[in-house]
Amino acid sequence: MLKKLLLVCLLWPALVLAQVHEYRLDNGLKILVKADHRAPVVVAQIWYKVGASYEHLGITGISHVLEHMMFKGTKRHPAGEFSRLIAENGGRENAFTGQDYTAYFQQLEKSRLAVSFELEADRMRHLTLPPAEFAKEVQVVMEERRMRTEDKPTALTYEQFNAAAFVSSPYHNPVIGWMTDLKSLTVDDLRAWYRRWYAPNNATLVVVGDVDPEAVLALARKYYGPLQPSQLIPPKPRTEIEQKGPRRIVVRAPAKLPYLILGWHVPVLNTAKHEEEAYALEVLAGILAGGDSARLPRELVRGHEIAADADAGYDLYARQESLFVLDGTPAEGHSVAELRKALLAQVERLKREPVSAAELARIKAQVVAGKVYEQDSVFYQAMQLGMLESVGLGWRKLDEYPEKIRAVTPARIQAVAKKYLITDHLTEAELEPLPLAAPSHE
Amino acid sequence: MRILRLSLVLASLFLLAACAATPPAPSSQVKTGGPRIQAWHTANGARVLFVRAPQLPMFDVQVVFDAGSARDGKQPGLASLVNAMLDQGAGEWDTDTLAERFDSVGANYGASAGRDMASVSLRSLTEPALMEKAVATLQAILEAPRFPRPELERLRRQTLIGLKADDQSPSTLASKAFYRAVYGNHPYAHPVDGTPASVKAITRKDLQRFYRRFYVAKNTLVVIVGDLDRPAAERLAERLVGRLPAGEKAPPLPSVARLKKAKQVRKAYPSTQTTILVGQPGLRRGDPDYFPLYVGNHILGGSGFSSRILKIIRDEHGLAYSAYSYFVPMRVEGPFIMGLQTKNASREQALALLEKTLRDFLAQGPTERELTHAKKNITGGFPLRIDSNSDIAGYVAMIGFYDLPLDYLQTFNSRVEAVTAEQIRDAWRRRIDPERMVTVQVGKGL
Repeated sequence: MLKKLLLVCLLWPALVLAQVHEYRLDNGLKILVKADHRAPVVVAQIWYKVGASYEHLGITGISHVLEHMMFKGTKRHPAGEFSRLIAENGGRENAFTGQDYTAYFQQLEKSRLAVSFELEADRMRHLTLPPAEFAKEVQVVMEERRMRTEDKPTALTYEQFNAAAFVSSPYHNPVIGWMTDLKSLTVDDLRAWYRRWYAPNNATLVVVGDVDPEAVLALARKYYGPLQPSQLIPPKPRTEIEQKGPRRIVVRAPAKLPYLILGWHVPVLNTAKHEEEAYALEVLAGILAGGDSARLPRELVRGHEIAADADAGYDLYARQESLFVLDGTPAEGHSVAELRKALLAQVERLKREPVSAAELARIKAQVVAGKVYEQDSVFYQAMQLGMLESVGLGWRKLDEYPEKIRAVTPARIQAVAKKYLITDHLTEAELEPLPLAAPSHE
Repeated sequence: MRILRLSLVLASLFLLAACAATPPAPSSQVKTGGPRIQAWHTANGARVLFVRAPQLPMFDVQVVFDAGSARDGKQPGLASLVNAMLDQGAGEWDTDTLAERFDSVGANYGASAGRDMASVSLRSLTEPALMEKAVATLQAILEAPRFPRPELERLRRQTLIGLKADDQSPSTLASKAFYRAVYGNHPYAHPVDGTPASVKAITRKDLQRFYRRFYVAKNTLVVIVGDLDRPAAERLAERLVGRLPAGEKAPPLPSVARLKKAKQVRKAYPSTQTTILVGQPGLRRGDPDYFPLYVGNHILGGSGFSSRILKIIRDEHGLAYSAYSYFVPMRVEGPFIMGLQTKNASREQALALLEKTLRDFLAQGPTERELTHAKKNITGGFPLRIDSNSDIAGYVAMIGFYDLPLDYLQTFNSRVEAVTAEQIRDAWRRRIDPERMVTVQVGKGL
């Protein structure tokens, strides 16, 4: 069976490699095109290298508010026009902001790609930012913050956990911004932010679908070609200071269930001196939580039944140094202290014993299958290309992934556990439930 | 059309070169404007719907039972627990082994229960050795679940924790209260996962009885999408459900009564926002008014930035991040729901605007401009609905479960085009009564 697995592995990278076409316009716009002729559709995404991790205290959330304002019009296409035109062409559109990027996308029937390019190129340099629209939209973002964070006890805990774990790193701040910063944001702040970051030489255009790459390039030249680049001042490094001892915070909020997060400072692919360490951490997360047969579901959720839920997370593709995170909710009759002890025991075991060959084989099988499955979604394929390009890794890293995962050994996993998952670099956050309102009535 | 077909053939040839295992086959999707569905029954009477998708060396299978929470009877949460227990010990394998068998071949197993459907799904590579292990595992789960007591107790405890988690989500609280108020004594009224009291009372015998009644061939739909030929798909279906007893189809669900009067539900909750849900029983799958109601809702609140509700609540007044309306078409009348979340101080203003938007829409109907815009959006976006195997599997399951015609997707655009403004006005006035709405509010100070 191993032999057959390998056969599949060997075949698919050829398939992926052959399909991505890379171009750059004179104004600096990077273009990635991947042909996928399964259905007569196309997805176009434009990725800007700006996000919450480019911000500082006082203007947190500005990248995300600007993302909202990108739908509020240019001279040529006033507020609402962008969405109306995309909708009339049968398209879907939206945008998202993360720590390391802001991206806009349209999904369309393949013949309508020009509509996306015309509108997206126009708002890359010619946004109007009307003050009256801003005044309303910033209220909308505050409602979004209430919905996503203020009224979700686990999200609130996560936000404060990040603020405790990161001191000098920009990951200290939430993507949506602190409420106090949202309240003091002005349209002039946005204008400056827009001018600074929204330019062809700070963007990547990704197109995946039933297209001819050369035709896409010609179309991109027509619409994006005339845009002027800007003088980019790269962001300061803002690396995280070394943590000198464990940190622990408690969040008290109305809730029913306690919740625990443990996070260790670890390198990511972008920051690791030895890339192998980052891939070993990726596999380590899979050993703990990659599938129902992984250690946390098997031993903590089933087995000893200490956790109602337990997970592991690691962001291989973060722009800056990040965290290896374990989180969970204790099972009925168990305390947060017991859950904490069980999670830490799992970490100690990783340091003590090498993982088994069967566990490693499982992860490798999942990676191989995952690479086939992800081709079922043109959107996801475009997402991956855009993200890797935007964090500075370059899309070719995607093709290395299976082979790098295959190269991870039990000894390497044990070594990264010993080196990085240490008490002095640990931050813990606990959600301590406060009573909810009196019993409801109808 | 010719050009489309040509590019697809080229794509297949490319895959042939790259994989050496996938024979080229023209996709039926482009020729007909929708996937070509092949239909048959297994020997014991389960319906099978199959769409061949040869481009990727993988397949998706969904096995759908008319065994959702509408079949709970007096035991809310039973259908959901049966569905979740299927992979907790089956045939000769325990929970850990079952999980390991799927994970070791990179297969994804899933199970879910809603009000109408209970389903299990599998995504796997078609590489024979990998596929064989995944399929043998799913077969055991479907035909020989053991419902072991210790696993039942664990899942019961997990369900109770899940119900507590629901209690710390104001939007979930609002949704549960909404279904209760709209559906009263109807089987759609109770939460899919049950209540703490009902979950505590469920026994192993109950699970076995429910499984024996509803997980039977005549109550089963098998949907297969992927890189298999017809004989392989036939073998797969026989393998998965061919040994289930024939049994009987689930009986028809009771009809849904229209609300006699408006109802207000207010729940105090220490949140910064108030969740508002307004609605009543709406429409069923196959409903004669489906298209006028669907296209009308697109204009009222179903199409994001193009819809009236979001324009008024968000763009004009800045009162909410999300504001919407939608129908949930079900076996019998599923709900029509309008909703939003806004800071507690603006809930009255937001609710008044939401109600006024509906009344104005009912009074005037859509403008011709709105209707044209909506049709362009719906029909122009058609290829996006079926651009992946997982999308196609979802639509085919819906078509099969609700007994819609197999050419439903092919005729979808023309049925949308045929809708007139007058039909929308007429259907909405007959079906939606603003005087008899359930209004749920969950927030601080209620």
